[in-house]
Amino acid sequence: MPNPGDLKYTREHEWVRIEGDTGTIGITDYAQDQLGDIVYVDLPAVGAALTYLEKFGEIESVKAVSELYSPVTGEVIETNAALADNPQLVNDAAFGEGWMLRVRLTNAGELDQLLSAEQYDDFLVSEPA
Amino acid sequence: MTHPSEPLLRTCLYEEHVRLGAKIVPFAGYEMPVRYSGDIEEHKAVRQRVGMFDVSHMGRYEVQGTDAVRFLRYICTWDMTRLAPGEGHYAAACREDGGILDDVYVFALTPERYLIVVNASNAPKMKAWLQKHMGGFDARLIDRHASTAMIAVQGPEALLVLDGLLGAALVRSLRPRRCGETEWRGQPVFASRTGYTGEDGLELVIAADAGPELWRALLDAGVTPSGLGARDTLRLESALLLYGNDMDEETNPFEVGLDWVVTLADGADFIGRDALLRLKEAGTARELACFKAEDRGIMRGHCDIFHSGQRAGTITSGGYSPTLGGSIGMGLVPPALAAEGTELTVDVRGKPLPVRVVPRPFYKRPKKE
Repeated sequence: MPNPGDLKYTREHEWVRIEGDTGTIGITDYAQDQLGDIVYVDLPAVGAALTYLEKFGEIESVKAVSELYSPVTGEVIETNAALADNPQLVNDAAFGEGWMLRVRLTNAGELDQLLSAEQYDDFLVSEPA
Repeated sequence: MTHPSEPLLRTCLYEEHVRLGAKIVPFAGYEMPVRYSGDIEEHKAVRQRVGMFDVSHMGRYEVQGTDAVRFLRYICTWDMTRLAPGEGHYAAACREDGGILDDVYVFALTPERYLIVVNASNAPKMKAWLQKHMGGFDARLIDRHASTAMIAVQGPEALLVLDGLLGAALVRSLRPRRCGETEWRGQPVFASRTGYTGEDGLELVIAADAGPELWRALLDAGVTPSGLGARDTLRLESALLLYGNDMDEETNPFEVGLDWVVTLADGADFIGRDALLRLKEAGTARELACFKAEDRGIMRGHCDIFHSGQRAGTITSGGYSPTLGGSIGMGLVPPALAAEGTELTVDVRGKPLPVRVVPRPFYKRPKKE
């Protein structure tokens, strides 16, 4: 699945969709494919503070656990409750129904440091599989 | 152990895995398929229909000679002299101090020909161990590791599929843990009613040249290729031990519930016998127990286990159970805490996960009507 052009990306394979002062966060289709079947997503509660490129949670696949890093600084305003009972939404629709958090952004300046879809595509090519 | 500097090996089925789009990972010195479509899909295919695994990375050595079985009895904890041709048995191979070097399967092909199957991760060590102790026995070791392919066909429909390929005469003659030899398209095939998934099925050994053709024939017959990911969740649900996780050279057979493969009553000498007699007498300080998570969260190997705030043991294997829909694990705890129903806490990277001791295994296949 191509990486949508309207999203920003991290080198840790998270994406963020910016809409005004709100960001929606998830992991990329590449990341879910690498992880395999997702069986548990551990997310922070509403109200939690996120910091740019710091760990905000964990994602567990059948085979392994991985850390989730926030693409933005801000405050969690909503978590995707559907992931509790159906974490495989991340596999099925990493850029859609498999979203993880909605965040109120508090540092718009840092968004420039994130990768565009094109830059993320290039990064994936350069990364050893 | 695998040395990172050594190049990774490939089984004769490697190209088949690549052609099927498998994700390949390093495992026990080999480039192996971890999954083809998805871990859970492959797991369910094996539980509900039939799947297959490339297990060619596992070490296969033939032991021949008039002393072949006496030699294998000396190496193994179980009395291999009880095997009649066409029978197989599981055992441990121990050091002098009773520590487990490997867990192995031995098959009697004829009264003077035996096949020993060892873990991939232990294959070089075990080959050296066998050769080192062979002096004084009329026995020879023939290395079949690279010259053969081994494919495990597992699941409730496994025998049905294999009837069509190998002929019902052989397939239906094999009771559990029995083995036999037949031909497939002019190639000799070894088949045993064994596996590592908790399901019925056979494990097949064929010349490496013919391996890919047999693999493709199984694919054409509708068998789902399954990777190391599914193999691990399947064996964990069935509470089958994994060497390097649930046991190692510092573990003795009694600690991990392998009493049933330790024969002491025959009086025959085998490596580790004296130590095992002492250990059996002394009793074990820790015991393998099965745990089921009582909450969301996944226990994994190496997580610490706590009881009343005190560290009580370690998870040796843990993960997600596709059949039960939650996390399960095995671990070593003091015998007093291994009783069914005991409530413990597993430290999952700093977060407490409540777990309960449950009967072993987690999953048992339904009995046939």
